[in-house]
Amino acid sequence: MTGGDRATPGPLLLGVRHHGPGSARAVRAALAAYEPRVLLVEGPPEAEDIVEFAAEEGMRPPVALLAHARDEAGKAAFWPLAEFSPEWVAIRWALGRGVPVRFIDLPAAHSLAMGQEPGGTEVVPPGDPAGAYEPAPGAPSEQAPSEQVPQDGTSPADDRLRGDPLAVLADAAGYDDPERWWEDVVEHRAGADRTNPYAPFHALQEAMTALRETPESGDGQRDRVREAHMRLRLREAVREHGADGVAVVCGAWHVPALATGNPVGADRRLLKGLPRTKTEITWVPWTHRRLARHSGYGAGITSPGWYGHLFAAPDRPLERWMTRVAALLREEDWTVSPAHVIEAVRMAETLAAMRGRPLAGLAETVDAVRAVLCEGSDVPLSLIRERLIVGDELGEVPDTVPVVPLQRDLARQQRSLRLKAEARQRDLELDLRRDMDVARSRLLHRLRLLDVRWGEPVRSSTGNTGTFRESWRLSWEPELLVRIAEAGVWGTTVSAAASAKARARALDAGELAELTTLAERCLLAELPDALPVVMRALADRAAVDSDVAQLIQALPPLVRSVRYGDVRGTEAAAPAEVALGLSERICVGLPAACSGLDPDGAAFMRGRLDTAHEAIALFAQSRAEAAGLRDRWREVLRKLALRDRVPGLIRGRCVRLLLDDGQLPGDDAARLMSLALSPGVAPAEAAAWIEGFLAGGGMLLVHDRRLLELIDGWLTRVSAETFTDVLPLLRRTFADFEAGVRRTLGEVVRRTAHGRIARTDGAGGAAGAPEPFGAGPALDTTRADAVLPVLRELLGAEQLSGAAATLQIEPAVARTERQLGRAS
Amino acid sequence: MTETQALRPHAEDAFSAELQALAAVDDRPRPERWRLSPWAVATYLLGDTLSDGTVITPKYVGPRRIVEVAVSTLATDRALLLLGVPGTAKTWVSEHLAAAVSGDSTLLVQGTAGTSEEAIRYGWNYAQLLAHGPHRGALVPSPVMRAMAEGLTARVEELTRIPADVQDTLITVLSEKTLPIPELGEEAQAVRGFNLIATANDRDRGVNELSSALRRRFNTVVLPLPASAEAEVDIVSRRVDQLGRSLDLPPAPDGLDEIRRVVTVFRELREGVTDDGRTKVKSPSGTLSTAEAISVVTGGLSLAAHFGDGMLRAGDVAAGILGAVVRDPAADQVVWQEYLETVVRERDGWQDFYRACREVSA
Repeated sequence: MTGGDRATPGPLLLGVRHHGPGSARAVRAALAAYEPRVLLVEGPPEAEDIVEFAAEEGMRPPVALLAHARDEAGKAAFWPLAEFSPEWVAIRWALGRGVPVRFIDLPAAHSLAMGQEPGGTEVVPPGDPAGAYEPAPGAPSEQAPSEQVPQDGTSPADDRLRGDPLAVLADAAGYDDPERWWEDVVEHRAGADRTNPYAPFHALQEAMTALRETPESGDGQRDRVREAHMRLRLREAVREHGADGVAVVCGAWHVPALATGNPVGADRRLLKGLPRTKTEITWVPWTHRRLARHSGYGAGITSPGWYGHLFAAPDRPLERWMTRVAALLREEDWTVSPAHVIEAVRMAETLAAMRGRPLAGLAETVDAVRAVLCEGSDVPLSLIRERLIVGDELGEVPDTVPVVPLQRDLARQQRSLRLKAEARQRDLELDLRRDMDVARSRLLHRLRLLDVRWGEPVRSSTGNTGTFRESWRLSWEPELLVRIAEAGVWGTTVSAAASAKARARALDAGELAELTTLAERCLLAELPDALPVVMRALADRAAVDSDVAQLIQALPPLVRSVRYGDVRGTEAAAPAEVALGLSERICVGLPAACSGLDPDGAAFMRGRLDTAHEAIALFAQSRAEAAGLRDRWREVLRKLALRDRVPGLIRGRCVRLLLDDGQLPGDDAARLMSLALSPGVAPAEAAAWIEGFLAGGGMLLVHDRRLLELIDGWLTRVSAETFTDVLPLLRRTFADFEAGVRRTLGEVVRRTAHGRIARTDGAGGAAGAPEPFGAGPALDTTRADAVLPVLRELLGAEQLSGAAATLQIEPAVARTERQLGRAS
Repeated sequence: MTETQALRPHAEDAFSAELQALAAVDDRPRPERWRLSPWAVATYLLGDTLSDGTVITPKYVGPRRIVEVAVSTLATDRALLLLGVPGTAKTWVSEHLAAAVSGDSTLLVQGTAGTSEEAIRYGWNYAQLLAHGPHRGALVPSPVMRAMAEGLTARVEELTRIPADVQDTLITVLSEKTLPIPELGEEAQAVRGFNLIATANDRDRGVNELSSALRRRFNTVVLPLPASAEAEVDIVSRRVDQLGRSLDLPPAPDGLDEIRRVVTVFRELREGVTDDGRTKVKSPSGTLSTAEAISVVTGGLSLAAHFGDGMLRAGDVAAGILGAVVRDPAADQVVWQEYLETVVRERDGWQDFYRACREVSA
């Protein structure tokens, strides 16, 4: 190849905008004209070993090179490549003709070791339990994990840090948005300059040279080091293949640095003594969404789908685009006729003309689609943005690419369980009575333990709450591969790794509640190897933990896992034993923990009391060995209710819980209430008692007039000054009631405003007695009995009497009967 | 022209100087019968300083995109439908578009529940009809028909208030660009340059929903509420200034603070949350649009000028705000009282406003 018509004698320097379809097309044309004998690409040299995979059949962009530190897999960097990326086009071109490809950027071994610095390598945040892959909005910009290496100099996101050279250029051209400037000048050079494929690159090089002369634009030690490395590799290539046998594809920003000669010695000095770390590199599938700027590891382009379309469309890109938009809208039952499409195209062209642009760009098409196809609404537009402008494409990588063993195991399981990794979010309903679904659930739970958040448990969309159902929301993000690489240290299979990690976490756990949650998850993930360790840690921890509130908080997940264990058929004896011990400790410690509390402490403890009550009731139902626990618990409640040093709020609550359980025979509730409301008690304390007693429902007062009368009597006794003190407490209590209950209560009080509240004296509705509002003075037993069969039918009590314990039906029926019976 | 006499001069008269200046510098291609190029129309609405130094005042303060889409729509001879909640300057934009494009914003059909087909097609002069039988001389053209004949821009206000069957007479006009006159066996064809701008109210959607056949003929542009409090203050003070001048109100020296206050109250009530995003408030039943804020402030200005000391004070706007907020005497009164007590009372520097509002509410 003699460079007869070449403008420059030296190596061909192709400065590109990463992920610019126009750049990609120009690179293809330039390479075809130049026919270099070796291709140098900006990227980590480690990738040279695996570059030939790019030519394989099973490789489908978007893909990314993933480099991570061997011992610390969370430290990783990506080099994403889309179909329309100039680097990808160049690599494919070279591989297709047997031209060797070399990567000339700083080795990942160095860049990863150098870690974060402004504009530096993005490092995946080390596995945080929340699995927050997305950088928090407003995070420091150097954290913004933009794909760093092939990035700088072109993406506005990254450039903002370095003085945004493109913005300066765009500004000079009178554009408010650098992306649009680039689109107009480079991306939309529809066939112009066919005669000289190098022309755009020369123009860019000149512009960048001018820009780099300005001192404040672009800097950083890191850039200098990288460019020194690039220059050395370039020299090496030139020595081997001759100056006109070499082509370089790199970010436009670096071209001037490569064109100028820097003394070899100076470059070597810059590279001396760089930190390094052992790294691994591989290909991973990538998604269009990840290329977009607004999500993590974005490559700085907002519209990969649109660029992909521009690159792939053979001609008439605007017409083809609008047709795709119309097809998508029709799919979603939005009526779009061909006439609409015609008008949308005309509209976009007119807008472009009005804005003085050579061709309709994305902004024009979006405006036209909104006005013509979407009736001015942004709702369908967001769909178009999601599905077309960004797109759902998920790349593919052939199986032969080297990966960590854990990932191979996962891929195998995904295949056998028929769970495909998809970029689009989808919901999965599992029926745990089926083996396949149990296995799926197991896999997802294990991955969750490993912080590979492919699926998140969600509330069932069908509203099905059966215990054999489980709902998941699945969404595959490319970063999950980093998590998998990270989790690789725990083991070579998903099951082994999850077990190992659970064991390690059990030993490190600080809080008791953390351990019980872990135990629950071990059961769900079916990790028999890990469970004993977790249980032992749990038991040990519970024994030394003196904070009853913590113990209580730890109980519900444990009790839940005892029940789940039953449903899934896993062995739940160990957790049941621990739960029993925990409950006993709570029963012992609670009275002491409840005395001498201030109002805030009392309110806190009241919440815990309810939690404990529910958990213990559930536990006592589920396991035979816990049956005796119920009585112990009631004993505790009774003790608390009578103890003077316990705050009124808690005493009231205990009385209510006992009453609801049917544990207060006869007039006990009324007696306790009158005790609590007697004149000697401080009004504030009495009001707190009422709050505790009535929390969660005031229907009781409607039905039991004695209680209402007691409150009424107490309230009329309270003096004017103290009344203002207790008013807020009472208001808080009564405001929680349902509107219907409040109204009924108000009616009852109003009707009897002049006398006493009618007494329920059990006279059975004696004739002639004035009928109070609402219910009769006493229950009409014949009418009440008529309801019972229906009630039984509704609750299915007869057929299900065996399962009643699990389903909590019996207590409900029993309670209803008891209340009806008592009233009669 | 009766510019000095008219209570509210037409846009093309009030801004004739700007339009002429624009026409003078405008060297871009114009669609047939347009007075200005699309670019110049957009400039007229959005405001700019021309190369000869003429200042074009902004008529519409909002996203540039919206005006560009609207003008491009008219240039592609598609009809334009402006949608928005009441008071988002739909009529205002449509009037100025018509004035800039055709130099005539008076070809207007006001849509009401009683708008008849004659208002959109044509009527008859019955004396002529009886005397000479059906002929062109007896025909009374509607504004739409006149616009078709002369290649001008017609306007239809409140399109969705027009009964559905009457609305559909527009379909032929917009798709065939012709108006058949069966009585004469003739038709009136639109000449190039004809187009139509309709406005409709988002909140009235469903009153007389457009048929899909008609809807298809329109490009839709939704006019948003002002994006930020600053933008809204800007709009209100600009309009108040213009209105005040046309009503010969003396300028109030210190009005901006009060305007900001009015806008804040309106925004907070409309969005149901205070500007600092900390407190939720209930929203009243009224729309509380920017247009209403403008009228509250102008009302306050005239109170201040004629009965006060010439300064716009809290007391001058309080009554106006109360009237705008409390549309439903029962429910809105509660909303307003709650807002006064929970938000206004606590706010620094708002004590005078709080007292004034208490006074008028009592």
